[in-house]
Amino acid sequence: MANLPRWTHDEMARKVAQDIRDGAYVNLGIGLPTRVANHLPPGREIVLHSENGVLGMGPAPAPGCEDPELINAGKQAVTLLPGGSYFNSADSFAMMRGGHLDICVLGAFQVSVRGDLANWHTGAADAIPAVGGAMDLALGAKQVFVMMEHLTRSGTSKLVAQCSCPVTALACVARVYTDLAVIDVGADGLAVRDLVPGLAFEELLRLSGVPLAAPTR
Amino acid sequence: MIDKTVASPAAAVAGIPDGATVMVGGFGTAGIPFELIDALIAHGARELTLVNNNAGNGDTGVAALIREGRVRRIVCSFPRQVDSWHFDAAWKAGAIELELVPQGNLAERIRAAGAGIGAFFTPTGFGTALAEGKETRVIDGRGHVLERPIRADYALIKAERADRWGNLVYHSTARNFGPVMAGAARCTIAQVREIVKLGALDPEAIVTPGIFVHRVVVVRDPATPRSA
Repeated sequence: MANLPRWTHDEMARKVAQDIRDGAYVNLGIGLPTRVANHLPPGREIVLHSENGVLGMGPAPAPGCEDPELINAGKQAVTLLPGGSYFNSADSFAMMRGGHLDICVLGAFQVSVRGDLANWHTGAADAIPAVGGAMDLALGAKQVFVMMEHLTRSGTSKLVAQCSCPVTALACVARVYTDLAVIDVGADGLAVRDLVPGLAFEELLRLSGVPLAAPTR
Repeated sequence: MIDKTVASPAAAVAGIPDGATVMVGGFGTAGIPFELIDALIAHGARELTLVNNNAGNGDTGVAALIREGRVRRIVCSFPRQVDSWHFDAAWKAGAIELELVPQGNLAERIRAAGAGIGAFFTPTGFGTALAEGKETRVIDGRGHVLERPIRADYALIKAERADRWGNLVYHSTARNFGPVMAGAARCTIAQVREIVKLGALDPEAIVTPGIFVHRVVVVRDPATPRSA
């Protein structure tokens, strides 16, 4: 398994970024999805939303120029681009809950063949639960993209017939970007649209343990 | 004449009784009214129900209130953080009760309280563990969960500037829950960096109209510790 060809996190982030159209309003979740911001194609105007009340979020400020009260959802200092705006938490979540965001990109523990998402709780009995905006984001954007490793550390597939971790939302995921493949979630199940070079589709199928339609090209 | 200004954070939190439900603005460390919380700790009220997005960072603010054993119950969306050790310890010891609420439901339930809404149906949380025991309904083919408003006795919030009527403007992402909490509490207390003459705030730019605010206190150089 160690010898599998894999896309790096930056390569995954670049693939997500390439699929975000000019003019889109986008929320990037905490963790791996945050990296997408570094790969947004030049020439596209993409407005980043942060759940704590920002549209038009810019990159991290220069050292020494941080404003401790201008932060992103991960509590890191950010900047505001020209045209950006601030608003309260209810308005911020209305942007998700009202279906105004075009895309949100989230991390995940598991995604099911129906597009159910599990990303807020491992289900471990002693874990302190925390949900934040995960459940709102998963339902609120027109398209939900997931970025995750294809396999757990012990080698089991994170694409599953049914989530064993507590679900965040049902039938919400549109597309999954893993280190091995890009997979669309449709009414007929999962369909591979891109595969890491050097990996045979049959091998991906075996590793995934769920039905996958082969890429068309 | 209306003058909502009070002389000190101690005067601002006077009268908060044991057992009160207290909303505290802030997301992470942005917009946390640290000086009002310090005054509340000194004031001594116990058995509080706290409503905040998080459950404290580091050793100050909400974390200090929990460390001092003043909080019986907390309603929040994201308690677990790298520096939430006081909450973590209280929770593991069974000393604090947690109502975990998706952040959008938290904001909307607070907003609903301020707007006099009895309850509302939302898709957020449908089919998840956080909707267990709640009334559900399928509306236009989509599952919804019935959520009730969250009201409070007091709200402690932080804004940038006020006038003596309690009109408020904020600074960037420090506003977060402040404007909605202001409407949901019987008594809303705002700490601000500056109080300006009535009429000096641009009426087109006032974020929280003074009708939602009851006490205003100046803290000219508020603490804004960085998150770990």
